[in-house]
Amino acid sequence: MEVLVAVVIAVLTSCGVYLLLRGRTFPIILGLTLLTYAVNLFIFVSGRLNPGQSTIIGVGEGYTDPLPQALVLTAIVISFAMTAFVMVLALRARAELGNDHVDGRIKVEDVKP
Amino acid sequence: MNHLIIAPVLLPLLTAILLLLGTGRPLRVQRSISFLSIIAQLGVATALLASAAGSTITVYALGNWAPPFGIVLVLDRLSALMVFVTVVLAFFSLWYAVRGNDKPADSLHSVLHFLLMGVNGAFLTGDLFNLFVFFEVLLISSYTLLLHGGGAARIKSGLHYVLLNLVGSSLFLIAAALLYGLTGTLNMADMANKVAQTTAEEAPLMNAAALLLLVVFGLKAAMVPLYFWLPRAYASASAPVAAMFCIMTKIGVYSIIRMYTLVFGDTGGAVANLAEPWLWPLSLITLGFGVAGALAARELRLQIAYLVVVSVGTMLAGIALNTEQALSATMYYLIHSTWVCSALFLLADIIVRQRGATSDRIITGPALRQPVKLGALFFIAAAAVIGMPPLSGFIGKVMLMQAATTDERTFWLWFMLLAAGFVTITALSRSGSTIFWRTENRVAKVDKADRGALLAVITMLALSLVLSFGGNAVVAYTDALAQQLKNPDIYTQAVLSHQAIPGVHHE
Repeated sequence: MEVLVAVVIAVLTSCGVYLLLRGRTFPIILGLTLLTYAVNLFIFVSGRLNPGQSTIIGVGEGYTDPLPQALVLTAIVISFAMTAFVMVLALRARAELGNDHVDGRIKVEDVKP
Repeated sequence: MNHLIIAPVLLPLLTAILLLLGTGRPLRVQRSISFLSIIAQLGVATALLASAAGSTITVYALGNWAPPFGIVLVLDRLSALMVFVTVVLAFFSLWYAVRGNDKPADSLHSVLHFLLMGVNGAFLTGDLFNLFVFFEVLLISSYTLLLHGGGAARIKSGLHYVLLNLVGSSLFLIAAALLYGLTGTLNMADMANKVAQTTAEEAPLMNAAALLLLVVFGLKAAMVPLYFWLPRAYASASAPVAAMFCIMTKIGVYSIIRMYTLVFGDTGGAVANLAEPWLWPLSLITLGFGVAGALAARELRLQIAYLVVVSVGTMLAGIALNTEQALSATMYYLIHSTWVCSALFLLADIIVRQRGATSDRIITGPALRQPVKLGALFFIAAAAVIGMPPLSGFIGKVMLMQAATTDERTFWLWFMLLAAGFVTITALSRSGSTIFWRTENRVAKVDKADRGALLAVITMLALSLVLSFGGNAVVAYTDALAQQLKNPDIYTQAVLSHQAIPGVHHE
């Protein structure tokens, strides 16, 4: 179980980082999304893996830490909002700069103060 | 319980919501709501500063959950000072904005208050994950503010800024999750106690988490090699926003001070002071890159943005020295550089408007409409940034140099600070003489600068004089602040001994 989760996080992170290093906005956004998935999983396991346990003390034999689950929820909401924002920004950049390269490659005379 | 401590978070939040609801109302109404709110916040921040000036640390348990379980807001000398500096800065940038520099005003005022909420919250919180949440609040506001006004240059630098900070947020979460996994707590005071008991077996992971946090805060603070987003972003932002952004790098600096004195400071056991060997060389390199950028910049606002990098380098060097005296000097310098840099951004905007199509490029252009007035102000602001007596930059630098007279690092700090001062003089005299003296024989057809906006800049620069002539009181406060920082036990005890109010039940 630990190995499986670790491998999943590792694969998601490495794919995310690879895509982040691309030059165009769409792969970068995909990379960011993969990275946040990896991060969310990582936060989740920071409370240790206790399969089949409840988050409430006294219900079963043991219990699993509820706090990381709350943290993951917060992180998911925030990363969702941020992804939506950066998506719109990337579309706007595509419209304003004429291409989807992160550096935009704008001409000098286009720069307005 | 003293509820005043949460006012710096709630007041801007309510104002921002009110402003959002009032979208489409006349500009006059929006401006008055925004400005009245910032005056109220100024009152609150002053009251908090006065209450923190004594030796008490006020702890506010949200939802009455006693630490270490709930989220706490903690008001110590450091957080009170940071909130005060922020609100004063916001006051002036709003003052400048309401003088006709806020179009389209609908978005600017409400988002600026959301930013204030995030910044004040980040300074006040005593919980690591809550710090992350407030970071996100201030970041998403800053993304919007940076794009305020539109245009290709803003979109381009904004995209870089947003993408970098999103990666930074992911790293922050990884570090926070690692620390939670290791210590089982997110409360900074409780974490400090747990970190002090780190075993040799846990130390490598703890090291990784702590240094990952340094990367995140270094990105916010614009530390080498993570500062590349800053100059373009600041140079392309609209003037009130650029002025307000002067606090953004200080949030990184604040977080570094907070985490690396409280949690990973002298009392950190196996991981004590682990950021210091990294901070020291990086701060001096930041300083060097900053002055090189200022010297090479071909636009006035870009040059000022590089001066922000210089100030960050100076502050990080102070933190890396890691003595009480150096921390006190750092805090004094922080107040000075925040206010003076933002005054420079506002002044640059006024200057740029009078140069017509030449804009802020440092080349021969039309003569200014008010060369004497603006020239004098530019001279004073430049002198303050460089660190000429009798202005506050001089005192800040002298304090920092005095703090570094004890070990082998003295030479490097003195050399870098003095050389940086010299190069900054060269850079600013180049831009100043080109803009004010080497002009064409005509005046651009523009209006005179708005009196109110000019007065905002003059008052901000006067603050630099207040900082130096009222220096005794300021230094007494920063000394006490540094003393509190170097004794993290006071903080941890104040937080962990806080009791929930009896008789208030959780539903």
